[in-house]
Amino acid sequence: MSAKGKVNFMVERCKGCGFCIEFCPVKVLEFSKDYNMKGYHFPVAAHSEKCIGCNMCGMYCPDFAIWGEKNK
Amino acid sequence: MENVKHPLSKYLREDRMPHMWCPGCGIGTAMNAFMHALEKSGLEKNDIAVVSGIGCTGRVAGYVDLDSFHTTHGRAIPFAEGLKATKPDTKVIVISGDGDLMSIGGNHFIHAGRKNMDLTVICVNNLNYAMTGGQVSATTPVRSITATAPHGSFTTPFSLPFLAEASGAVYVARWTVFHIRELQKAMLEAINKKGFSFVEVISPCPTLYERRNKMGDGLARMKFYKENSIVKNGADTKETNIEINKPFVVGKFIDIEGKPTYLESMNKYYDETFQCQLGYKTYKGTRYSCNISDGGVSEGCMDD
Repeated sequence: MSAKGKVNFMVERCKGCGFCIEFCPVKVLEFSKDYNMKGYHFPVAAHSEKCIGCNMCGMYCPDFAIWGEKNK
Repeated sequence: MENVKHPLSKYLREDRMPHMWCPGCGIGTAMNAFMHALEKSGLEKNDIAVVSGIGCTGRVAGYVDLDSFHTTHGRAIPFAEGLKATKPDTKVIVISGDGDLMSIGGNHFIHAGRKNMDLTVICVNNLNYAMTGGQVSATTPVRSITATAPHGSFTTPFSLPFLAEASGAVYVARWTVFHIRELQKAMLEAINKKGFSFVEVISPCPTLYERRNKMGDGLARMKFYKENSIVKNGADTKETNIEINKPFVVGKFIDIEGKPTYLESMNKYYDETFQCQLGYKTYKGTRYSCNISDGGVSEGCMDD
Protein backbone atom coordinates (compact mmCIF):
# COMPACT_ATOMS: atom_id res chain seq x y z
CA MET A 1 0.00 0.00 0.00
CA SER A 2 1.43 3.36 -0.94
CA ALA A 3 1.51 6.27 1.51
CA LYS A 4 -1.37 8.72 1.49
CA GLY A 5 0.85 11.69 2.09
CA LYS A 6 4.34 13.02 1.97
CA VAL A 7 6.46 15.15 4.30
CA ASN A 8 8.67 17.90 2.95
CA PHE A 9 11.64 19.33 4.81
CA MET A 10 13.81 22.41 4.74
CA VAL A 11 16.37 21.05 7.17
CA GLU A 12 18.55 24.13 7.36
CA ARG A 13 15.73 26.04 9.06
CA CYS A 14 15.15 23.36 11.71
CA LYS A 15 16.08 24.09 15.32
CA GLY A 16 15.30 20.62 16.61
CA CYS A 17 12.44 21.49 18.96
CA GLY A 18 10.78 18.13 18.32
CA PHE A 19 7.20 19.42 18.09
CA CYS A 20 6.61 17.66 14.77
CA ILE A 21 7.97 14.35 16.04
CA GLU A 22 5.88 14.49 19.20
CA PHE A 23 2.62 15.58 17.64
CA CYS A 24 2.63 13.55 14.41
CA PRO A 25 -0.54 11.47 14.89
CA VAL A 26 0.87 8.42 13.08
CA LYS A 27 4.49 8.78 14.25
CA VAL A 28 6.16 9.11 10.89
CA LEU A 29 9.06 11.25 12.05
CA GLU A 30 12.22 10.63 14.01
CA PHE A 31 15.30 12.69 14.83
CA SER A 32 18.09 12.15 12.37
CA LYS A 33 21.57 11.06 13.39
CA ASP A 34 22.98 13.89 11.24
CA TYR A 35 23.24 17.55 12.06
CA ASN A 36 22.25 20.51 9.96
CA MET A 37 24.53 23.49 9.47
CA LYS A 38 23.51 25.05 12.78
CA GLY A 39 24.17 21.84 14.68
CA TYR A 40 20.65 20.62 15.33
CA HIS A 41 19.28 17.15 14.75
CA PHE A 42 16.51 17.60 12.23
CA PRO A 43 13.55 15.24 11.70
CA VAL A 44 13.49 12.58 9.02
CA ALA A 45 10.54 10.60 7.70
CA ALA A 46 11.63 7.27 9.15
CA HIS A 47 8.25 5.65 8.50
CA SER A 48 7.18 7.57 5.43
CA GLU A 49 4.80 4.79 4.40
CA LYS A 50 2.56 5.69 7.36
CA CYS A 51 2.14 9.36 6.41
CA ILE A 52 -1.45 10.48 5.88
CA GLY A 53 -0.62 14.01 4.75
CA CYS A 54 -2.51 15.72 7.59
CA ASN A 55 0.03 18.58 7.78
CA MET A 56 0.01 18.51 11.58
CA CYS A 57 3.82 18.80 11.49
CA GLY A 58 3.48 21.86 9.26
CA MET A 59 1.00 23.49 11.64
CA TYR A 60 3.17 22.97 14.69
CA CYS A 61 6.53 23.82 13.16
CA PRO A 62 7.69 27.17 14.61
CA ASP A 63 10.42 27.45 12.00
CA PHE A 64 8.47 26.78 8.80
CA ALA A 65 10.86 23.91 8.13
CA ILE A 66 8.46 21.02 7.57
CA TRP A 67 5.08 20.49 5.99
CA GLY A 68 2.97 17.60 4.87
CA GLU A 69 0.83 17.23 1.80
CA LYS A 70 -1.58 14.64 0.55
CA ASN A 71 -0.53 12.53 -2.40
CA LYS A 72 -2.74 13.18 -5.38
CA MET B 1 14.90 19.58 -1.64
CA GLU B 2 15.94 23.08 -0.60
CA ASN B 3 14.43 24.71 -3.66
CA VAL B 4 10.93 23.57 -2.63
CA LYS B 5 8.73 26.44 -1.45
CA HIS B 6 6.91 26.35 1.83
CA PRO B 7 3.13 26.54 1.33
CA LEU B 8 2.95 29.64 3.52
CA SER B 9 5.87 31.36 1.82
CA LYS B 10 3.57 33.98 0.32
CA TYR B 11 3.05 35.40 3.81
CA LEU B 12 6.64 34.95 4.89
CA ARG B 13 9.73 37.06 4.31
CA GLU B 14 11.84 34.10 3.32
CA ASP B 15 15.04 36.11 3.23
CA ARG B 16 14.77 36.74 6.98
CA MET B 17 14.45 33.05 7.84
CA PRO B 18 15.48 31.34 10.03
CA HIS B 19 13.99 33.63 12.62
CA MET B 20 15.53 34.63 15.96
CA TRP B 21 13.18 32.72 18.28
CA CYS B 22 14.73 30.02 20.44
CA PRO B 23 14.29 26.30 19.80
CA GLY B 24 11.11 25.25 21.57
CA CYS B 25 9.61 28.74 21.61
CA GLY B 26 5.94 28.88 20.71
CA ILE B 27 5.90 32.24 18.97
CA GLY B 28 6.80 30.64 15.65
CA THR B 29 3.92 28.23 16.04
CA ALA B 30 1.59 31.13 16.86
CA MET B 31 2.78 32.94 13.72
CA ASN B 32 2.30 29.75 11.76
CA ALA B 33 -1.29 29.50 13.05
CA PHE B 34 -1.85 33.15 12.19
CA MET B 35 -0.71 32.54 8.63
CA HIS B 36 -2.97 29.52 8.30
CA ALA B 37 -5.84 31.70 9.56
CA LEU B 38 -4.99 34.38 7.00
CA GLU B 39 -4.95 31.77 4.27
CA LYS B 40 -8.39 30.54 5.30
CA SER B 41 -9.79 34.06 5.62
CA GLY B 42 -9.30 34.66 1.90
CA LEU B 43 -8.25 38.27 2.50
CA GLU B 44 -6.05 40.01 -0.04
CA LYS B 45 -2.53 40.68 1.17
CA ASN B 46 -2.96 44.40 0.53
CA ASP B 47 -5.96 44.56 2.86
CA ILE B 48 -4.07 43.36 5.92
CA ALA B 49 -1.73 45.29 8.16
CA VAL B 50 0.19 43.74 11.03
CA VAL B 51 1.33 45.95 13.91
CA SER B 52 3.76 44.79 16.58
CA GLY B 53 5.45 46.42 19.51
CA ILE B 54 8.79 45.54 21.03
CA GLY B 55 9.69 42.15 22.38
CA CYS B 56 10.17 38.63 21.16
CA THR B 57 6.66 38.54 19.71
CA GLY B 58 7.16 42.05 18.40
CA ARG B 59 9.48 40.58 15.81
CA VAL B 60 6.48 39.03 14.02
CA ALA B 61 6.02 42.25 12.07
CA GLY B 62 9.45 41.77 10.56
CA TYR B 63 8.81 38.23 9.40
CA VAL B 64 5.39 38.58 7.74
CA ASP B 65 5.37 39.69 4.13
CA LEU B 66 2.44 42.04 4.65
CA ASP B 67 2.13 45.72 5.41
CA SER B 68 3.68 45.69 8.83
CA PHE B 69 4.63 48.14 11.47
CA HIS B 70 7.21 47.63 14.20
CA THR B 71 6.32 50.28 16.73
CA THR B 72 7.66 51.62 20.00
CA HIS B 73 7.41 49.65 23.20
CA GLY B 74 3.84 49.18 24.38
CA ARG B 75 2.39 51.44 21.73
CA ALA B 76 1.32 48.87 19.15
CA ILE B 77 -2.36 49.54 19.78
CA PRO B 78 -2.20 53.35 19.42
CA PHE B 79 -0.33 52.99 16.13
CA ALA B 80 -2.91 50.44 15.00
CA GLU B 81 -5.76 52.76 16.00
CA GLY B 82 -4.26 55.51 13.89
CA LEU B 83 -3.85 53.17 10.97
CA LYS B 84 -7.43 51.97 11.30
CA ALA B 85 -8.76 55.52 11.54
CA THR B 86 -6.91 56.51 8.39
CA LYS B 87 -7.77 53.42 6.37
CA PRO B 88 -10.91 51.86 7.89
CA ASP B 89 -11.10 49.22 5.16
CA THR B 90 -7.80 47.66 6.21
CA LYS B 91 -7.82 44.70 8.57
CA VAL B 92 -5.46 45.84 11.28
CA ILE B 93 -4.04 43.03 13.36
CA VAL B 94 -1.90 43.67 16.41
CA ILE B 95 0.42 40.80 17.31
CA SER B 96 2.56 41.40 20.32
CA GLY B 97 3.63 39.92 23.59
CA ASP B 98 2.27 40.16 27.09
CA GLY B 99 5.04 42.46 28.25
CA ASP B 100 4.37 44.85 25.41
CA LEU B 101 0.57 44.82 25.24
CA MET B 102 -0.38 44.26 28.86
CA SER B 103 2.46 45.62 30.98
CA ILE B 104 3.92 48.59 29.17
CA GLY B 105 0.87 49.20 26.99
CA GLY B 106 -1.85 47.99 29.32
CA ASN B 107 -3.56 51.34 29.39
CA HIS B 108 -3.81 51.46 25.62
CA PHE B 109 -5.26 47.98 25.60
CA ILE B 110 -8.09 48.74 28.01
CA HIS B 111 -8.96 51.98 26.24
CA ALA B 112 -8.99 50.39 22.81
CA GLY B 113 -11.40 47.86 24.30
CA ARG B 114 -13.50 50.56 25.89
CA LYS B 115 -13.80 52.44 22.59
CA ASN B 116 -14.34 49.17 20.71
CA MET B 117 -11.75 50.00 18.09
CA ASP B 118 -12.10 47.63 15.16
CA LEU B 119 -8.84 45.80 15.79
CA THR B 120 -7.76 42.20 16.20
CA VAL B 121 -5.31 41.82 19.05
CA ILE B 122 -3.30 38.62 19.30
CA CYS B 123 -1.28 38.51 22.49
CA VAL B 124 1.34 35.81 22.75
CA ASN B 125 1.71 35.29 26.47
CA ASN B 126 4.97 33.67 27.52
CA LEU B 127 4.55 34.82 31.14
CA ASN B 128 7.58 37.12 31.32
CA TYR B 129 9.58 39.80 29.49
CA ALA B 130 11.56 37.40 27.38
CA MET B 131 13.65 39.63 25.15
CA THR B 132 15.17 41.63 27.98
CA GLY B 133 16.19 38.61 30.02
CA GLY B 134 13.10 37.29 31.73
CA GLN B 135 11.80 39.89 34.17
CA VAL B 136 8.44 39.86 35.96
CA SER B 137 5.68 41.03 33.64
CA ALA B 138 2.01 41.72 34.31
CA THR B 139 1.14 38.09 33.64
CA THR B 140 3.87 36.28 35.58
CA PRO B 141 2.20 33.81 37.97
CA VAL B 142 2.83 34.07 41.69
CA ARG B 143 5.91 32.09 42.88
CA SER B 144 7.57 32.12 39.45
CA ILE B 145 11.30 32.68 39.56
CA THR B 146 12.45 35.38 37.16
CA ALA B 147 15.40 37.71 36.75
CA THR B 148 13.83 40.39 38.93
CA ALA B 149 12.28 37.94 41.38
CA PRO B 150 14.98 35.39 42.28
CA HIS B 151 12.94 34.12 45.23
CA GLY B 152 9.66 34.08 43.34
CA SER B 153 7.21 36.67 42.12
CA PHE B 154 4.61 37.75 44.66
CA THR B 155 2.42 40.18 42.73
CA THR B 156 -0.98 39.12 41.45
CA PRO B 157 -0.90 38.74 37.66
CA PHE B 158 -3.52 39.90 35.20
CA SER B 159 -5.91 37.35 33.84
CA LEU B 160 -5.98 38.57 30.26
CA PRO B 161 -9.40 37.22 29.19
CA PHE B 162 -10.94 38.79 32.27
CA LEU B 163 -9.21 42.08 31.55
CA ALA B 164 -10.31 42.01 27.93
CA GLU B 165 -13.90 41.26 28.81
CA ALA B 166 -13.98 43.98 31.44
CA SER B 167 -12.55 46.43 28.93
CA GLY B 168 -15.34 45.68 26.48
CA ALA B 169 -13.90 43.30 23.91
CA VAL B 170 -16.46 41.61 21.66
CA TYR B 171 -14.42 38.45 21.12
CA VAL B 172 -12.20 36.86 23.74
CA ALA B 173 -10.48 33.52 23.40
CA ARG B 174 -7.49 31.86 24.98
CA TRP B 175 -5.63 28.88 23.58
CA THR B 176 -2.17 27.48 24.03
CA VAL B 177 0.13 26.76 21.12
CA PHE B 178 -0.63 23.11 21.71
CA HIS B 179 -4.29 23.66 20.65
CA ILE B 180 -3.23 24.40 17.12
CA ARG B 181 -6.50 23.89 15.24
CA GLU B 182 -8.56 25.74 17.84
CA LEU B 183 -6.00 28.52 17.73
CA GLN B 184 -6.25 28.83 13.96
CA LYS B 185 -10.03 28.88 14.20
CA ALA B 186 -10.00 31.49 16.97
CA MET B 187 -7.62 33.70 14.99
CA LEU B 188 -9.82 33.37 11.90
CA GLU B 189 -12.93 34.27 13.90
CA ALA B 190 -11.14 37.19 15.51
CA ILE B 191 -9.96 38.49 12.13
CA ASN B 192 -13.48 38.27 10.72
CA LYS B 193 -15.03 39.84 13.80
CA LYS B 194 -16.05 43.47 13.66
CA GLY B 195 -14.92 45.27 16.78
CA PHE B 196 -12.22 44.73 19.36
CA SER B 197 -11.36 41.04 19.26
CA PHE B 198 -8.74 39.49 21.48
CA VAL B 199 -6.95 36.15 21.33
CA GLU B 200 -4.49 35.15 24.02
CA VAL B 201 -1.95 32.55 22.98
CA ILE B 202 -0.09 30.87 25.80
CA SER B 203 3.37 29.98 24.64
CA PRO B 204 6.43 28.28 26.13
CA CYS B 205 9.52 30.33 26.89
CA PRO B 206 12.12 27.58 27.29
CA THR B 207 15.19 29.77 27.56
CA LEU B 208 14.06 31.99 30.41
CA TYR B 209 10.79 31.24 32.16
CA GLU B 210 10.97 27.46 31.98
CA ARG B 211 14.67 27.16 32.59
CA ARG B 212 14.49 29.25 35.75
CA ASN B 213 11.38 27.46 36.98
CA LYS B 214 12.72 24.00 36.09
CA MET B 215 9.89 23.14 33.77
CA GLY B 216 11.92 21.46 31.05
CA ASP B 217 12.18 22.48 27.42
CA GLY B 218 9.54 23.70 25.02
CA LEU B 219 8.34 20.22 24.22
CA ALA B 220 7.90 19.38 27.92
CA ARG B 221 5.84 22.52 28.27
CA MET B 222 3.70 21.53 25.28
CA LYS B 223 3.01 18.20 26.98
CA PHE B 224 2.13 20.12 30.14
CA TYR B 225 -0.39 22.17 28.14
CA LYS B 226 -1.81 18.99 26.68
CA GLU B 227 -2.41 17.49 30.12
CA ASN B 228 -3.25 20.58 32.14
CA SER B 229 -5.44 22.77 29.99
CA ILE B 230 -9.15 22.56 30.66
CA VAL B 231 -11.20 23.40 27.59
CA LYS B 232 -14.24 25.35 28.72
CA ASN B 233 -15.89 27.34 25.97
CA GLY B 234 -18.12 30.07 27.29
CA ALA B 235 -16.59 29.89 30.76
CA ASP B 236 -16.75 32.83 33.12
CA THR B 237 -13.55 34.77 32.59
CA LYS B 238 -13.14 35.14 36.37
CA GLU B 239 -12.02 31.51 36.35
CA THR B 240 -9.19 32.09 33.91
CA ASN B 241 -6.33 33.04 36.21
CA ILE B 242 -3.08 31.15 35.70
CA GLU B 243 -1.19 29.66 38.63
CA ILE B 244 2.21 28.13 38.39
CA ASN B 245 2.18 24.40 37.59
CA LYS B 246 -1.60 24.20 37.96
CA PRO B 247 -4.26 23.43 35.34
CA PHE B 248 -5.79 26.46 33.65
CA VAL B 249 -8.87 27.17 31.56
CA VAL B 250 -8.72 27.68 27.81
CA GLY B 251 -11.49 28.24 25.32
CA LYS B 252 -13.61 30.84 23.60
CA PHE B 253 -15.13 32.97 26.31
CA ILE B 254 -16.86 35.94 24.72
CA ASP B 255 -18.45 36.36 21.30
CA ILE B 256 -20.84 39.32 21.12
CA GLU B 257 -22.55 40.60 18.00
CA GLY B 258 -23.79 44.04 17.17
CA LYS B 259 -21.74 46.35 19.39
CA PRO B 260 -20.96 49.53 17.42
CA THR B 261 -17.31 50.19 16.74
CA TYR B 262 -15.54 53.46 17.41
CA LEU B 263 -16.03 54.86 13.89
CA GLU B 264 -19.66 53.75 13.74
CA SER B 265 -20.42 55.38 17.08
CA MET B 266 -18.62 58.54 16.01
CA ASN B 267 -20.48 58.85 12.72
CA LYS B 268 -23.84 58.08 14.31
CA TYR B 269 -23.32 60.56 17.12
CA TYR B 270 -22.16 63.40 14.88
CA ASP B 271 -24.93 62.73 12.36
CA GLU B 272 -27.50 63.02 15.13
CA THR B 273 -25.87 65.92 16.93
CA PHE B 274 -25.18 68.21 14.04
CA GLN B 275 -28.26 67.29 12.02
CA CYS B 276 -26.82 68.64 8.81
CA GLN B 277 -26.24 72.08 10.29
CA LEU B 278 -22.51 71.92 9.94
CA GLY B 279 -22.52 69.74 6.88
CA TYR B 280 -21.00 66.77 8.66
CA LYS B 281 -20.13 64.05 6.21
CA THR B 282 -19.83 60.44 7.27
CA TYR B 283 -16.17 59.75 7.89
CA LYS B 284 -14.82 56.90 5.83
CA GLY B 285 -11.11 57.39 6.17
CA THR B 286 -8.77 60.01 4.87
CA ARG B 287 -8.01 58.35 1.58
CA TYR B 288 -11.52 59.19 0.42
CA SER B 289 -11.18 62.86 1.21
CA CYS B 290 -9.91 63.71 -2.27
CA ASN B 291 -13.03 62.17 -3.83
CA ILE B 292 -15.62 64.18 -1.93
CA SER B 293 -16.09 66.54 -4.85
CA ASP B 294 -17.28 63.55 -6.92
CA GLY B 295 -20.31 63.33 -4.68
CA GLY B 296 -20.27 59.57 -4.82
CA VAL B 297 -18.63 58.83 -1.54
CA SER B 298 -20.22 60.91 1.18
CA GLU B 299 -23.39 59.61 2.68
CA GLY B 300 -25.82 60.73 5.36
CA CYS B 301 -25.57 64.39 6.11
CA MET B 302 -25.41 65.97 2.69
CA ASP B 303 -26.92 69.42 2.47
CA ASP B 304 -28.89 69.02 -0.73
